[in-house]
Amino acid sequence: MVILEGRGLRKRFGEIVAVDGVSVALEAGKILGVLGPNGAGKTTTVAMLAGLVTPNAGEVLVGGQALAGDADPAKRRLGLVPQELALYEELSARDNLRFFGALYGLAGAALEQAIAAALALVGLGDRARDRVGTYSGGMKRRLNLAAGLLHDPDVVLLDEPTAGVDPQSRNAIFDNLEALKRRGKALLYTTHYMEEAERLADRIVIIDHGRVIADDTPAGLARAHGAPSLEKVFLALTGRSLRD
Amino acid sequence: MALTALLALVRKDLTLFLADRRALVMAFAAPIAIASFFGSIFPGPGASTEPARVAIHLVDQDGGPIAAAIVATVKVDKNFKVTVSAAEPARAAVRRGASAVAVVIPPGFGEAAGRALFAGRARPQLALLYDPSRATELAMVRGILTEHVMRAVTREVFSPASGRAFVDDALKRLDGTGLSPDDARALGELLTSVQRFYDRPGPRGAASAGLSAPYDVREEAMTARAGAAYNGYAHSFAGMGVQFLFFAAIDLGMGVLLERQRGLWKRLRSAPVSRFVLLAGKAGSGTTIALATLLVSFGFAMLVFGVRIQGSVVGFLAVALACALMASTFGLLLAALGNTPGTTRGIAILAVLLMVMLGGAWVPTFIFPAWLQRLTVVVPARWAVDGLDAMTWRGLGLSAALVPAGVLLGFAALFGALAVARFRWEES
Repeated sequence: MVILEGRGLRKRFGEIVAVDGVSVALEAGKILGVLGPNGAGKTTTVAMLAGLVTPNAGEVLVGGQALAGDADPAKRRLGLVPQELALYEELSARDNLRFFGALYGLAGAALEQAIAAALALVGLGDRARDRVGTYSGGMKRRLNLAAGLLHDPDVVLLDEPTAGVDPQSRNAIFDNLEALKRRGKALLYTTHYMEEAERLADRIVIIDHGRVIADDTPAGLARAHGAPSLEKVFLALTGRSLRD
Repeated sequence: MALTALLALVRKDLTLFLADRRALVMAFAAPIAIASFFGSIFPGPGASTEPARVAIHLVDQDGGPIAAAIVATVKVDKNFKVTVSAAEPARAAVRRGASAVAVVIPPGFGEAAGRALFAGRARPQLALLYDPSRATELAMVRGILTEHVMRAVTREVFSPASGRAFVDDALKRLDGTGLSPDDARALGELLTSVQRFYDRPGPRGAASAGLSAPYDVREEAMTARAGAAYNGYAHSFAGMGVQFLFFAAIDLGMGVLLERQRGLWKRLRSAPVSRFVLLAGKAGSGTTIALATLLVSFGFAMLVFGVRIQGSVVGFLAVALACALMASTFGLLLAALGNTPGTTRGIAILAVLLMVMLGGAWVPTFIFPAWLQRLTVVVPARWAVDGLDAMTWRGLGLSAALVPAGVLLGFAALFGALAVARFRWEES
């Protein structure tokens, strides 16, 4: 069942076309991996799906309904985990989550339960009262994930959620995402790490120069391109020239 | 849900503000310290503190009785701190800034001044060597010196002992004065009368009082009511309070830009919250912090320096609230126009310092050129300071708060509208 869909999304910034006709669909209980070189248009695609950027063309559908403005209640079904560590370092983990939860209308006991569940999921329950500024990079990444899951969204959009973390935290995040998948959540996952996509993604979309250049299962991509690994497929499709 | 989000946005910013010790010091301690300092050095007329004296050097190259009288009276003038010296040390003292002005009484000054009093020609020069960075003190010295010189010269001229010689000399020189025959004749008669005054019987040798200003002055400070003294701290706390409101506004703007830089704005924008609520949350927290800054500052001034709201309390609160709202929308405008915190902060500080300077928070606006004084009506800081002054030491009623508060709300509306129009909403 498709929960979130982007159809023919196009976005330009001045003269630069960042995304040009991208279509993606996220299904319940599935992880969609989105790969692409730097500047390919992955983050802009995620931004349009999350309602941060208005597409110049195309539309974003949540549960089959077009997203209608900033305050559309349908946005409650979406959870964003941005590439940046979007946290208030001066506040405790609990206060961060209290604030983010309130933005989704959570309050009182429901909010406290959601905070406890999110912190338990990412293994930070015992550090809830500590200031985020005292956390390690991996702990901040996990809290960044928890903040996107707090309101129990149906769709989770993760933009490079493991950037700069150690293998232990990375594996912990993988476990979290697999748990979410088992709960029937639809996940979109952008990354530069091919092994992550191979491990997690049910389907992979490769974007380059703002366009979708491949859209298949990992096995299907390997078969179609006769390559033994996703990295070989990726390099075959996007080339070896350096990207800025 | 919108209300829950709005309250959460305000609460979060207030929590962040209270968690930042530097922000707290800047918001509360700094305006109090600076306003206290300014209030202590500009206490206003009638204050019990001893006024600062202007340091001057006096050089008597004349050595006559008139010059001696000038030196004697200037030395006891409470406005001056006088050092009597030779010309070169005096010149050096002014050059290095130790003295604002050196007054040089040249040789023959007294004699020539006595003659010039009647003849009106060949007036001797009194040299004033001054520090060009202290032109205000020069004007003050020139004014006060005029009275001392006038008194010393006339006292000498109208005393029989030496006055007769001046009058005789003036009578001899009547033809060379350039006066019309009628005027010369009239002056001659006047001088002859003075001679008769000297010749009249009676005690001799009594000193003349000399000429002085033919009036006395009754000064009355127009404060809130008769008997209520002007409190210079009221004005300094208004000025510095407004200045630090603007600094709080800069912090608000920088906070938004930092949130954008750190990806937090993405998270805020991804939530089902309208743009209005996001900006209203910022405006709400900014207004609360700015208002608290102002009220705490004035609270301190009331407790420690005896500042009172002599006018309308409601008017004071209205002006303070309008100030705070104006400051917070100014912060939003900075966030809308700014690119990065680093590049925006410097420009914002410059803009704020210009505004508070033009608003009269540092120096009285009367020293500005006329065109600049007219320009201050477009500076919100001027209305803020005027409004707070009106409600505190001027003791004016609620009606006097309406115009400043209204203008400040107008600025708030303008800044808010510009911020909304120019705000960069898209996050990628």
